[in-house]
Amino acid sequence: MALRVLLIDDENEFVDTLAERLELRGYKPSIAYSGQAALQALRAEKPDVVVLDMLMPGMSGEETLRRLKNMYPNLPVIVLSGHGMVQDDGVGTADQAFACLTKPLALSALLETLAAAVRAAAVDAEGDTP
Amino acid sequence: MLGAIQKYFAHLLELPDAISQNRYRSLRKIMVLSMVLVSVAPLLILSLVSNAQYMRTLEREMESPVYAMARKSQAALELYLGERISTVSFLAHAYSFADLSDEPRLNRIFLSLKSEFQGFVDMGLVDTDGRQVAYVGPYKLKGVDYAGEPWLRETEMQGRYLSTVFLGYRGYPHMVVAVHRLEENGMSWTLRVATDTLRLQQIVSVVGPEHDTDVFLVDKDGVLQTDSSLYGKALESMGMDMPPQSHETVVRRVTDAQGRQLMVASCTLTGTEFVLMAVKPVADAIRPWKLVRSELLLVLCGGIALIVLVSRILMGQLVNRLQASDERRVAAFAQMEHSQKLSSIGRLAAGVAHEVNNPLAVINEKAGLAMDLLALDSGSGNGSDNGSQYRKRLHDLLEGIASTVERARGITHRLLGFARRMEANRQTLHIEEIITETLGFLEREAVNRGVSLEMELAEDLPEIVSDRGQLQQVFLNLVGNALDAVAAGGSSTVSAGAFVRVGCRYEEDTGIIVSVTDNGKGMSPEVLKHIFEPFYSTKADKGTGLGMFITYGIVRRLGGEIHVESEESRGSVVRVILPQVPPEVPVEV
Repeated sequence: MALRVLLIDDENEFVDTLAERLELRGYKPSIAYSGQAALQALRAEKPDVVVLDMLMPGMSGEETLRRLKNMYPNLPVIVLSGHGMVQDDGVGTADQAFACLTKPLALSALLETLAAAVRAAAVDAEGDTP
Repeated sequence: MLGAIQKYFAHLLELPDAISQNRYRSLRKIMVLSMVLVSVAPLLILSLVSNAQYMRTLEREMESPVYAMARKSQAALELYLGERISTVSFLAHAYSFADLSDEPRLNRIFLSLKSEFQGFVDMGLVDTDGRQVAYVGPYKLKGVDYAGEPWLRETEMQGRYLSTVFLGYRGYPHMVVAVHRLEENGMSWTLRVATDTLRLQQIVSVVGPEHDTDVFLVDKDGVLQTDSSLYGKALESMGMDMPPQSHETVVRRVTDAQGRQLMVASCTLTGTEFVLMAVKPVADAIRPWKLVRSELLLVLCGGIALIVLVSRILMGQLVNRLQASDERRVAAFAQMEHSQKLSSIGRLAAGVAHEVNNPLAVINEKAGLAMDLLALDSGSGNGSDNGSQYRKRLHDLLEGIASTVERARGITHRLLGFARRMEANRQTLHIEEIITETLGFLEREAVNRGVSLEMELAEDLPEIVSDRGQLQQVFLNLVGNALDAVAAGGSSTVSAGAFVRVGCRYEEDTGIIVSVTDNGKGMSPEVLKHIFEPFYSTKADKGTGLGMFITYGIVRRLGGEIHVESEESRGSVVRVILPQVPPEVPVEV
């Protein structure tokens, strides 16, 4: 079954191209160009994994992440940031994000992280179901 | 005037923009001068005034005894001389001319006189014509004609007369007492008696010597009548100007012919032609005071010297403190400015890095997508030779783009890392990471300049708790300095084998030791002395001279030590020792 990935990033060119590449590899990507749009998309359909850019105008990455997690606590989120370390974001992102990758993105790293995230979510889900 | 002084001082005391030695030298001089002036001036004034006062008092003090002595002597002498005259006057009135011209009777009278009164030498009766008709005494003076003699004329006019002292026939001083008598029968005659001056001398000089006062008699022409200890024997000239004649005792301060300062009391003796002089050399009275004064002067000089010395020391210290404090303040400002500059550079760098990352990401994805598409296309078997050749080239080009993006990414991430870590914080970290990172920054520059960057990191380095950003600053500074030292002459003159080596090892008792070694131009002992001073730089056109100063401060504040060894033309080694855990209490830098 194709994995549903929600890509949230305000850089149109980047996110469009990335979506195309994922599609070529058998994923089912959906795109949101802002935090607001993302939340709307999430209400419509729940994806299997989210890739979220932290540096966005309008609703910030942190805010989006918080709301997202409120909606779907078990949804794995891979965070994209210009930095390297999750701790340095300073907003407790570490607790909420599954992983943090830097831009420019190495696709292989993303693919690995996506797979790992989905596996982890599956394990969690199994743990939750009574 | 006051305003100008105030302004001048304010200018000297305000915080300067730049430190110059001259400024503090002149400040020191002015302060010392002011202090000495303010201390010494009143002292001197007081001393001078006191001295003048005391001298004046001493003078006045001197006057009284001399005055008193003169008056007492005057009284005694007038009494004695008056008595002498009265005695003769009594004789002249008790006896008539007839009585006295009888020589045996005259002789008897004379002997009686001599038995009661000491000093009478001879007696003579002078008739109206001036002839001595009767004479008793040791000389052959009977019949001498005194007509026209001044003493006779004086006697006839005044009635009684006491002569001044003269040298008698036997060569010692005499006086003559003469009394003129006009009898009822019209006879006028003069009784003349000579007396020696022994008793007179006795009376005059009895008390004086006890008080260092020379008491003597002179006549109206300044000829001594009695002996004077200061001016000679009787009948010599006194040698001093005559004082104003008055019966009232007059005291004056006089300088005599020999230049001595004298206190002179003088008065005339009634009924005589004598002037009494009581002379006291001022020097004698002043001598004790002068002795004390010279000692006091020594104390004064000593005091002044002490004031000057203490002022110089104190003011020197004070101004030095001021200078040090000013220097520290200026350096602190400079350091703050430097810090701020760095942090704004950091922010700029972060901004740039972020901006650049986004297009980089796009490039990356598009190149990646192009490669994906190319792979798909070749997979579908479109296999003409030319086509696959182009495809191969395309693929390689796209890979080139991707790897270049990777390189750019390394740069921006490094930039971001540097910028982020400008904030001071304490965290557990691996020092090898910081060293590696720092060397990464400088690698390109080193390669450009033909210097090889080496690392010698020990295996067992423990973690330390310290400030990442500050450590980075320190290592950047040290390695940068080493690079500059090696490439000092420009890349063309860099010799083969030029290196900068960063070593790091751990010693149990000491801590982590990071050493930066280079084989560059080295530093002279002179330079080494000043190396940690602010604004000290050996780079003529670049640098603020603050690098090592700031580095020193950082290392000390992190609880570490920094040592530099260097030899000219051989190279330098800078060692930084860091504790595993920083000190709780801030370290005095």
